[in-house]
Amino acid sequence: MVASELAQYVVTGLLVGGVYALMSIGLALIFGVMRVVNFAQGDFMMLGMYLTYYYAVALHVDPLLGALFTLPPFFVLGLLVHRAFLTRVTGGGDPNREMDAQLILTLGLSLVITNTTTMILSPMPRGINAPYASKAFVLGPLLLNQARSYSFLMALLLAAGVYVLLTRTDLGRALRAAADDPEAAAYQAINVRAMHGVAFGIGIALVAAAGGLLATYHPIEPNVAVNFIVLMFVAVVLGGLGSIPGAFVGGLVIGLVQSLTLLLLPLQLQNVGVFVTFLVVLYVRPQGLFGRRARAV
Amino acid sequence: MKRAHLLHWTRGWVGIAAIVAIGLALSLVITERYHHRILTLVFLWAAMGLAWNIISGYAGQISFGHQAFFGIGAYVTVLLAAKAGVTPWLGMLAGALVAVLAALLIGTPTFRLAGIYFGLATLAYPLIFRIVMDYLGYQEVAIPMVRDRPALFMQFTEPRSFDLLALALLAATLVLSRLIEGSRLGYSLRAIKENEQAALAMGVDAFRCKMAAYALSAAPAALAGAIYSHAILFVVTPEAVFGVLVIVQTLVVCLVGGVGTLWGPVIGAAIMIPVSEILDSTVGDRLPGIQGVVYGAALMGIMMFAPEGLFWRLGRGRAAAAAAPAPAATTAAAVEPDGATTRAAVPATSSAVVLDVRSVSKAFLGLQALTEVTFDVRDREILGIIGPNGAGKTTLFNVLNGFLLPERGEIRWQGEPITGLSPHLVCRRGIGRTFQVVRFFPRLTVLENVMVGAFAHGGTPAAATARAREALARVGLAGRAAVTPSGLTTLELRLMELARCLATAPRLVLLDEPLAGLAADGVEILSAMIRRVRRAGVTVVIIEHTIQALVKIADRLVVLDQGRRLAEGLPGDVTRNPAVIEAYLGQRWLARHASTHAADLRP
Repeated sequence: MVASELAQYVVTGLLVGGVYALMSIGLALIFGVMRVVNFAQGDFMMLGMYLTYYYAVALHVDPLLGALFTLPPFFVLGLLVHRAFLTRVTGGGDPNREMDAQLILTLGLSLVITNTTTMILSPMPRGINAPYASKAFVLGPLLLNQARSYSFLMALLLAAGVYVLLTRTDLGRALRAAADDPEAAAYQAINVRAMHGVAFGIGIALVAAAGGLLATYHPIEPNVAVNFIVLMFVAVVLGGLGSIPGAFVGGLVIGLVQSLTLLLLPLQLQNVGVFVTFLVVLYVRPQGLFGRRARAV
Repeated sequence: MKRAHLLHWTRGWVGIAAIVAIGLALSLVITERYHHRILTLVFLWAAMGLAWNIISGYAGQISFGHQAFFGIGAYVTVLLAAKAGVTPWLGMLAGALVAVLAALLIGTPTFRLAGIYFGLATLAYPLIFRIVMDYLGYQEVAIPMVRDRPALFMQFTEPRSFDLLALALLAATLVLSRLIEGSRLGYSLRAIKENEQAALAMGVDAFRCKMAAYALSAAPAALAGAIYSHAILFVVTPEAVFGVLVIVQTLVVCLVGGVGTLWGPVIGAAIMIPVSEILDSTVGDRLPGIQGVVYGAALMGIMMFAPEGLFWRLGRGRAAAAAAPAPAATTAAAVEPDGATTRAAVPATSSAVVLDVRSVSKAFLGLQALTEVTFDVRDREILGIIGPNGAGKTTLFNVLNGFLLPERGEIRWQGEPITGLSPHLVCRRGIGRTFQVVRFFPRLTVLENVMVGAFAHGGTPAAATARAREALARVGLAGRAAVTPSGLTTLELRLMELARCLATAPRLVLLDEPLAGLAADGVEILSAMIRRVRRAGVTVVIIEHTIQALVKIADRLVVLDQGRRLAEGLPGDVTRNPAVIEAYLGQRWLARHASTHAADLRP
């Protein structure tokens, strides 16, 4: 095989991986702060795709910009969902059972969102006709799809924003304190429950924005969530459950693995590579590449 | 007591018979084809739910990928019929066999993962199967029509036949579950679910138990998949048998009904399946996702308002009423004379070394918890291990009973090395332990808690019950056998844990701060009990951080400080040792009580 062909697969994988990275950061933030594995994360991504679609169709907003405009409404939606549902299964009791309860609650939420969307908007796939979706930048022997390149850059930008938020602001410090030691944080007058809400809001907003970016080159349909939630799980476990830099790298790796699997296996088996990576990481290093916490034995 | 047990025993079988009778009656009464379809689905999903319940309900290992086995059963059966003309009656047995093998293959690596990681890993398997089936070109496998011998190929025109087939599977799964519930495996699984560490320390081989439960739960799931293909699908697709809806329906019937019981999945299926089927057939055309919405809402609602499920929610009042009239037997252990069951009393002067700890070191991420700790334990002595908080006492116990692997050093028990042996094997070799914070199994009765220990050396449930009762009698808790541990006092909890430990028939017991948090009379009772344990021929090692209580009962003391052995010897000598006093009480105390301290501390 020619080196340039390999390079092409690597670049394509990384470009897609950037968007995976952004969506995985949202999941990792929610897990890191709240210890909740959010099964409905893929559905909020799907809703973000639809919102971006309607911004583009109804208001003629470019999807790259539309993706940014999904942040505020989804942050608020996240706060509401946390308040209405998750607070009812959090607090007190055996942490393992609580985690199971939250997992099942968000699985239920995911089913409700997917199927309600199917009922209201029909299962028909839609697409945004972004002018740059079918163009490519030419970089020597490499072709970089423009939609993927722009999405990649936007994803990096947003991820950098999250990084600054978490490390340079009081809110970020409070979030991290609530994640590290909820009890100690509570003694420092940090409202841990409010921080959980904020983390959930930010996590949902990020995945919705990632959905918006994805919508520039991926068809939009109600059951798109199923495939992506698994990719996000893989990225987050790969990076170490709850580690945000880990989830970012995990997302990039998943993009790469997906792309490189195509070199070895037929297209239908593209995700087998991802799942095998997932299982191998779980067995070999369950705490992930960046995991701080040893797993609870 | 015996009668209550018998009642409980028969209630299980009577319940199963009642479910089968009601199922048969419904099948005979119903005439419409559509209603038969719903009945078949109720039976099938109840059976599938019960299958999931074996691993996720009893053992608490939530499997999000159980449709893997359902799909294997369906595909193996249908492919054997379509490609090789094998009758599905044999094919579904082959499917069940393949599913069991798959469970063993999947389980071996996956059970190394704990908690949430296990659940996440199980997600991947059906997805992989699904993709592979697509790839192999089995996107749609139609069941071949056999006109001449329809019964041989499970192609009934009479819809009642499918009800009965599904009911037979449900009955078999109920019987399997009931047998598991009453067996050593069942007690072990419940113990694992409640507290895996405590179960391991009581001799439960958690890995093997989980594997057994996983394999046993794969078989009925596969049979359900095979019958579902013939009764409902006719054309098997990866989406239909490996898809999300399969596991969602399984979860819904179990969680709505209640997990960890025979009746929960049956109740859940009886409610949820007709509701969703009727909605699907009435408004499903206009609202194609209605089933998903109903299932999703059911999962959310049950988690928010009755996370234990309807069976437990509705049954709780009754269970509480049944547990309330606890027989008013004596609980003050100290007044009970030594039972005839204890071994002959022996003098504590024997000097043979039974446990030999040599240069054991253990570090956690740079924190040196134990450094070159060396001491030995002699036969039938009471050895006290003292040291300030953080001295490494509990770490030492965790190394001794196999929870932790030391970096260096060796532990020999009765002359044989046991370093690095799994906790359940250490327990079976005769080393029992208790925990600093009592680790009980909250949903098991006191008797059942102790039975988990009594199963350490195998035996039938009846034998384990007898051993557990004997152990409870030894600590004076016989009257509390039927209550759950939440109703016990701190002293009673400690006594129960001691009884559970004694039920494993140990030669050595490791007691981790058994006196902590007890009032003065509690300390007296437990100290008397510990002496009695030793008189019965069991060697005792006790951790304490209060020196006063320990000097009264210990024959010898080992002092740990910052992970090192500071001193070892007779209590009188050790408490006079200036290094010990300094570590323990500080320089100032030493200065103030320069000459008189030792007398105060002596027993």
